[in-house]
Amino acid sequence: MSDISQFDDELGLEPIEPGILPLDAWHRAHGARMVEFAGYMMPVQFEGILAEHLWTRESAGLFDVSHMGQLYLSAAEGAEVDLDAAIEAALPIDLATLKTGSVRYSLLLDEAGGILDDLMVTRWNTGFYLVVNGATKWDDIGTLREYLPDAVNLNHLDENALLALQGPKAAEALARLVEGDVALADLKFMKGASFKLGGVDVWISRSGYTGEDGFEIALPGEAAATIADLLCAEPEVKPIGLGARDSLRLEAGLPLYGHDMTPAQGAVESGLIFGVNKRRRSEGGFPGAARVQKDLAEGTARTRVGLVLEGRMAAREGAKVFAGAHEVGVVTSGGFAPSLKQPIAMAYVDAGSAAVGTALEIEMRGKRLNASVVPMPFVPNRYYR
Amino acid sequence: MSVYYSEDHEWIEVEGDLGTVGITDYAQGQLGDITFVDLPEEGAEVAKGDSVAVVDSVKAASDVYTPVSGVIAAINEALADEPELVNTDAEVGGWLFRVTLSNPSELEELMDEAAYKTYVEGL
Repeated sequence: MSDISQFDDELGLEPIEPGILPLDAWHRAHGARMVEFAGYMMPVQFEGILAEHLWTRESAGLFDVSHMGQLYLSAAEGAEVDLDAAIEAALPIDLATLKTGSVRYSLLLDEAGGILDDLMVTRWNTGFYLVVNGATKWDDIGTLREYLPDAVNLNHLDENALLALQGPKAAEALARLVEGDVALADLKFMKGASFKLGGVDVWISRSGYTGEDGFEIALPGEAAATIADLLCAEPEVKPIGLGARDSLRLEAGLPLYGHDMTPAQGAVESGLIFGVNKRRRSEGGFPGAARVQKDLAEGTARTRVGLVLEGRMAAREGAKVFAGAHEVGVVTSGGFAPSLKQPIAMAYVDAGSAAVGTALEIEMRGKRLNASVVPMPFVPNRYYR
Repeated sequence: MSVYYSEDHEWIEVEGDLGTVGITDYAQGQLGDITFVDLPEEGAEVAKGDSVAVVDSVKAASDVYTPVSGVIAAINEALADEPELVNTDAEVGGWLFRVTLSNPSELEELMDEAAYKTYVEGL
């Protein structure tokens, strides 16, 4: 450490400062504790993770996820390009079954089939709208640019903010504030449409990362504070930080990029094969297709499972998992589940130890914690289908 | 009876050769909602600076270092059912363990309340 900083001093290098997002001042004014996350200053909590988590499960929480990458893919003007075919050559998605205004979960795979990112793809009238993870967005842009022909334009919508309104009361709160060609109540899970929200043109999709019914709202960054105020003026809505976002997604069984899936894992062992659409599994023709087909045919050595622990001590990322004396896996996410009032974890374990009901042990600080494999989600999803 | 503070945000209240140890109110505020406390075994011999307890919050686990050497004389059994006592009453009811001091001169290396307050303000 000392050698490196000395080197920095000699070169006059300064660390890269975290980015500031449109709602930075808004969060601070609402009492957020700010931390650096994915290269930005982000709110980790407002009143406290437990209270925010439970509020989201019973009412509605507003999350700022403006760190995520919003991309737009379209055919270059005058170019002779089949946009759908070009994107299908880059992603394992079936666009023939993706209608305008529909949202689909997909994976960005490397040539060896390792997961570079997971993403949401929406068909718009004139192109495709993608939402990718914040920490990986710069790499994703590079990878997509490499995978896509020059006749496909890739725009980074970096002037946009992204808000998520999540929870069983999100729909009734948001319905009071929006106007659109479709009624908000008619928007089903994984569908999106344009609306006016507080006089601002926004794109709203019925999707999220909490397991609850809810919405993701793309809007111009300069309108973000006004819209956040408008939403939080509704009695059902409170601002929620990244801490509760993490505990909510863990309970919902949703993997976190860089932890529960990395380039070391493929679509099959990570349990994310639904991100490779059926037609594409047999046809191939996308980066990493050979690995996907091989893993589907032969199975994988390890697989991602959910674990419920006895007692109250939580297992954390990196903890080893044992079946008796044999090390059979590793925890990739873990923590106390506020809605279940017990610790839960995601882990990669050997296929022989992955069946629901298997009794395993997790080593934490020299102790063995009893755990058993359970189906995910840990808390039932409440999507509006 | 005197109270001392460590730079790692433990407090120790000393009466005779018995010290009661916990984490400070500042520390609990930083950790957030506490969900579990892993306490040492009674009778365990500990040296100043050893990690002897762990405080689990929703977000992370944090080590608690004993500010003095000695033998663990008692642990706060109430925390098994109510770990949130460390949040709500960090410097009284949320105490973690009692230790019989083997080297009381170690207390001289710790801060008093005023010095700790200044230390926290500087963080």
